[in-house]
Amino acid sequence: MKNKPEHENTETASLSSPPKETVTLHINGEAKQLEVEPWTSLLDLLRDHLNLTGTKKGCDHGQCGACTVLVDGKRINSCLTLAVMKDGTKITTIEGLAKDGELHPVQQAFIDHDAFQCGYCTPGQICSTIGLINEGKAKTLDDIRDLMSGNVCRCGAYTNIVKVVQEALERSQQR
Amino acid sequence: MRSFTYTRANDVANAVDEVSAEKESKFIAGGTNLLDLMKIQVERPSHLVDITRLALDTIEETAEGGLRLGALVTNADTAYHEQVEKRYPLLSHAILAGATAQLRNMATDGGNLMQRTRCYYFYDTDTPCNKREPGSGCSAINGYNRDLAILGTSEHCIATHPSDMAVALAALEANVRVTGKAGERVIPFSEFHRLPGDTPHIDTNLKPDEIITAIDLPAKGFADHYTYLKLRDRASYAFALVSVAAALDLDGDTVKEARVALGGVAHKPWRIPEAEALLKGKPATRENFQKVAEAYVQGAKGYGHNDFKIELAKRAIVRALLQAKEMEAKL
Ligand SMILES: Cc1cc2nc3c(=O)[nH]c(=O)nc-3n(C[C@H](O)[C@H](O)[C@H](O)COP(=O)(O)OP(=O)(O)OC[C@H]3O[C@@H](n4cnc5c(N)ncnc54)[C@H](O)[C@@H]3O)c2cc1C
Ligand code: SF4
Ligand code: FES
Ligand code: FES
Repeated sequence: MKNKPEHENTETASLSSPPKETVTLHINGEAKQLEVEPWTSLLDLLRDHLNLTGTKKGCDHGQCGACTVLVDGKRINSCLTLAVMKDGTKITTIEGLAKDGELHPVQQAFIDHDAFQCGYCTPGQICSTIGLINEGKAKTLDDIRDLMSGNVCRCGAYTNIVKVVQEALERSQQR
Repeated sequence: MRSFTYTRANDVANAVDEVSAEKESKFIAGGTNLLDLMKIQVERPSHLVDITRLALDTIEETAEGGLRLGALVTNADTAYHEQVEKRYPLLSHAILAGATAQLRNMATDGGNLMQRTRCYYFYDTDTPCNKREPGSGCSAINGYNRDLAILGTSEHCIATHPSDMAVALAALEANVRVTGKAGERVIPFSEFHRLPGDTPHIDTNLKPDEIITAIDLPAKGFADHYTYLKLRDRASYAFALVSVAAALDLDGDTVKEARVALGGVAHKPWRIPEAEALLKGKPATRENFQKVAEAYVQGAKGYGHNDFKIELAKRAIVRALLQAKEMEAKL
């Protein structure tokens, strides 16, 4: 799965660029009106245009989950989403989880359980955990492993990540 | 990614007009396959028609007692829909065996059927591939072909269709509803995807100006005896080497009707109604299941690395049918 060498992309630049589209996105509770080129992924918009670099780019192809964010409460891969298509939606990124200076319980649990090493996959893991709880489908440890399989951790912190998800799930069931 | 213009369709007629207006235009739904391929320039549309705001996002009863799945319902919402879980658990299981939670939240039912092959050469724009570039040759036939097809292949292409959902829909004999310039039509599932022949760049019988509006499930859902068996290199989040959607209608131990569809072995979900009919009126035994399995791989051809799939497919069919039969015992 190779990308074309840089110079072959220059045909893009020589064409007159199609007009930018205006979209309104509600990002972490704040409405933002933005001008985007149609091919800008939601991930690139967050990172490169809004400087919300907590959401990570791992593979850019839907395979690793580092770019997981919540759109209207559902977890998705922001790398395979065009920003322009999400006009009018509510987007929550890792930056939007802490409230009043207090970490989201899932964030705190990742620290308490030492559920990361390098931390690169962690924002995606946290958003995915919250999405999993919103979905309410995971019942067993095997369910957790299966439903978190879209979040790869190259450091192999899986054992503790599963513990966090299990604990978060139990907490959500007590409420 | 090549630059493109973008428009958001507000109804089906508008979507069809928009996609016909420009030669290199495409619909975009979940985007999970199209954007992946656009990033590596395998797909290079100049115009995208966003269909996600069309009112095709509901699941409804049909007059015939079945269910109509709107083309824009997500794979996750379909798999977890109460009526689908209850009446068509084979479909729920097949969908949940594919991709990841994130991707299933984005992927749509229409887009799932239209997803393109995972043949590595198709993805590698530095190698010949008849599907990507007609007439350039097929790198897989004499290359690394472990994941590729053993049935219905041609000398021009041995790619497989990667969808899990489609395998269940084939077994359930779903119908695909489409609308184009010439109006509406219904395509039986067995005729939706096609074999590669000498035009492997065409995956389906959908015309370029046609949009899938819905997938209709017939009343009969085989909810008592079914299995989706997906064999792959790891237990989660991988495409099938071989998969089997098996469904049985039993009267005691006697088979009234059997359905078997295979994934991972051909350019389309593979079904042989004559082989299924071997079970009609016969006891649901391993011996009889083995006869069906033999009939399914008649004429199968390996290309070296994928030779193992022939034996794997046979065993998977027998295991899937046994699992489908034994369900009651488990309840
Ligand atoms: C990492 C990864 C792993 C995956 N694993 C699996 C797996 O194990 N099993 C599996 O089955 N799938 C798997 N998939 C594939 C996934 O299921 C498909 O990408 C998805 O179903 C496509 O749906 P979409 O709505 O995102 O389509 P899009 O990407 O939006 O579109 C795909 C194609 O369909 C066309 N299209 C979309 N909707 C319509 C319509 N209504 N009418 C006509 N044409 C239409 C588009 O023009 C485009 O050509 C995986 C994908 C990824 C990225
Ligand atoms: S098998 Fe089909 S998709 Fe793969 S290289 Fe050959 S022509 Fe291309
Ligand atoms: S960066 Fe989106 S899934 Fe890897
Ligand atoms: S903590 Fe390093 S990739 Fe997960």
